[in-house]
Amino acid sequence: MSSAQQVLAAGPPVSVKGPWRPLGPRHLHGSDFTWAIAFVVPYAAVFLAFVVYPFGYALWMAGKPSLYAELIDDSSYLRSVVNTLLFVGLAVNLKMFLALVLSGFFMRRRRWIRALLAVFVLPWVLATVQSCISFHWMLIGEPGLVDRLLWEALGIDGPLWFNDRWLALGSNIVAYIWKWMPFWTVIFLAARMKIPRDLYDSAEIDGATGARRFIHVTFPVLANLYLLCTLLSTLWTVGDFTTVYLVSNGGPAGATEVLATIGFSYAFEGSNPTLGVAAVMSALPVLIPLVILLMRRLQTSEVRL
Amino acid sequence: MSIAAPHPARRRRRLRRVITEAGSAMLGIVLLIWSLAPIYQMFLIALDPEEGEVEFDGNIWPPEPSLEGFRAVVTQEARYLEDFWHQFGNSLFIGLLTMFLTVLIASLASFAVSRMRLSRGSLLTNAALLTYAIPAAFLIVPYYRIMHSYGLTDSLWAVIAAHVTFAIPFAILMLQLYASFIPFELDDAARIDGASAVQVYRRIYLPLMVPALAVIAVYALLLAWNDYLYQAVLLAPRNSTVSVTQGLLFTDTDAPWNAMMAAAIIYVLPPTALLFVLRRYVVAGLTLADGER
Repeated sequence: MSSAQQVLAAGPPVSVKGPWRPLGPRHLHGSDFTWAIAFVVPYAAVFLAFVVYPFGYALWMAGKPSLYAELIDDSSYLRSVVNTLLFVGLAVNLKMFLALVLSGFFMRRRRWIRALLAVFVLPWVLATVQSCISFHWMLIGEPGLVDRLLWEALGIDGPLWFNDRWLALGSNIVAYIWKWMPFWTVIFLAARMKIPRDLYDSAEIDGATGARRFIHVTFPVLANLYLLCTLLSTLWTVGDFTTVYLVSNGGPAGATEVLATIGFSYAFEGSNPTLGVAAVMSALPVLIPLVILLMRRLQTSEVRL
Repeated sequence: MSIAAPHPARRRRRLRRVITEAGSAMLGIVLLIWSLAPIYQMFLIALDPEEGEVEFDGNIWPPEPSLEGFRAVVTQEARYLEDFWHQFGNSLFIGLLTMFLTVLIASLASFAVSRMRLSRGSLLTNAALLTYAIPAAFLIVPYYRIMHSYGLTDSLWAVIAAHVTFAIPFAILMLQLYASFIPFELDDAARIDGASAVQVYRRIYLPLMVPALAVIAVYALLLAWNDYLYQAVLLAPRNSTVSVTQGLLFTDTDAPWNAMMAAAIIYVLPPTALLFVLRRYVVAGLTLADGER
């Protein structure tokens, strides 16, 4: 679902209050009512057939308590939980923080920086599968581009990135950040551009420059948006299958599997579908509160700058 | 910073500026390398003349750049890529239909809820957001079973249905946001002139919403284009897509990687082209949704 991250976040800088609360109910009559219903029916059908039914099906499949006992006994499941927490926690926060800092860099009015921005957003347009594969080959070891460059430039024997759990996890995180940081940078850049200039001018009169200006002016204005984006991104990254599957392939020996990939391997490689569904469904107690928090923030807070 | 000179303040300021400029130039170079390295790696492998071990000989520069890899893809001579154009066609079919259906279904629902003000309609658009409570990757097993019961085993339509399902909630959110900047007076005036609901949708709503529609079209295409999991699970190997072939073989060093990477480069072109064509609308859609009007 990672590409969903791309644009959904385009929403946040806006007051989400308006659109979700129509101007007031109006009673539709006759053919208008029929047409309105007819317009809504296709989506209602999609929602019932492809959201409600699969979700209910998943709950039913994963309903047996014995499945969870089986999961807890499985050390590779517990490791995947730890990996998911590390992957999501580190990748999302690093990415968001770097995006926030870099959006400040791209605010500088220089022609070459403008041109650099066009190059910088390339990873976002590149297809996920292909860019993950490229990362895989870059880090494959001695013949890979990274180790080769380390040897040529510094005379260091590069490590075998996918033979060590922590290096492999780090590689996944780096590939993930490479792919998704540009998008969030653009979001923060758009938000920064909306901060009124006189806010900075008055801060300057009060003697705030550089880092202090960031701490006392920029960040408070962006904080709400930053939190919202981080929440959204966390939700989607929990379900990120492609990065882990195609960069480290869960290796070495399954040491970097996350919930999404281990659920897949239980279901399709271990031919135990119910266990696979139970594995991913075990994340629900964490995901549901996150979604509720997100919806409340979307509904109650003015995110407008 | 410890320069003691006649005009320390001015000096310090100048020094500071030089440091800032040097710093941002260095950051610029780092970002350039960071952004381009994986893309460079793709070309490095794709431009290699021979298939086999050569691509991974640890070259930093292609020793004898050649377009052999691209030729082998286009003529479908490369191993594993015998069906490249068929798979490319499948990817294109899935991508374009996901795009079309997302735009159609989402705009109809959004029109009924936000413009015709269907009472209780907002329940549906709110429920749509709940879709994102479960990451798509988590529902692959139920989907696999359900598509079977719908009679869509090994059907491109199964993949399209899955992509449309996960693209629509964002599309509706985006359309609702954008529509809130279009005055209702326009609709009302048309209604007084005797326009039907369908005519308002076609003649007023759709033309005014073009930027938002462009954003969701690009978004839906990228969603389908980026997917691996759903296409790999729901489609049979003989009827798969470009993503799946590449994803399945990615650890196989014996595959003809020059051709594989050439195929990857060809594959990333369509969405890039679409984004380029629609860039004006996409920028307008994103910034208008930002509340500037």
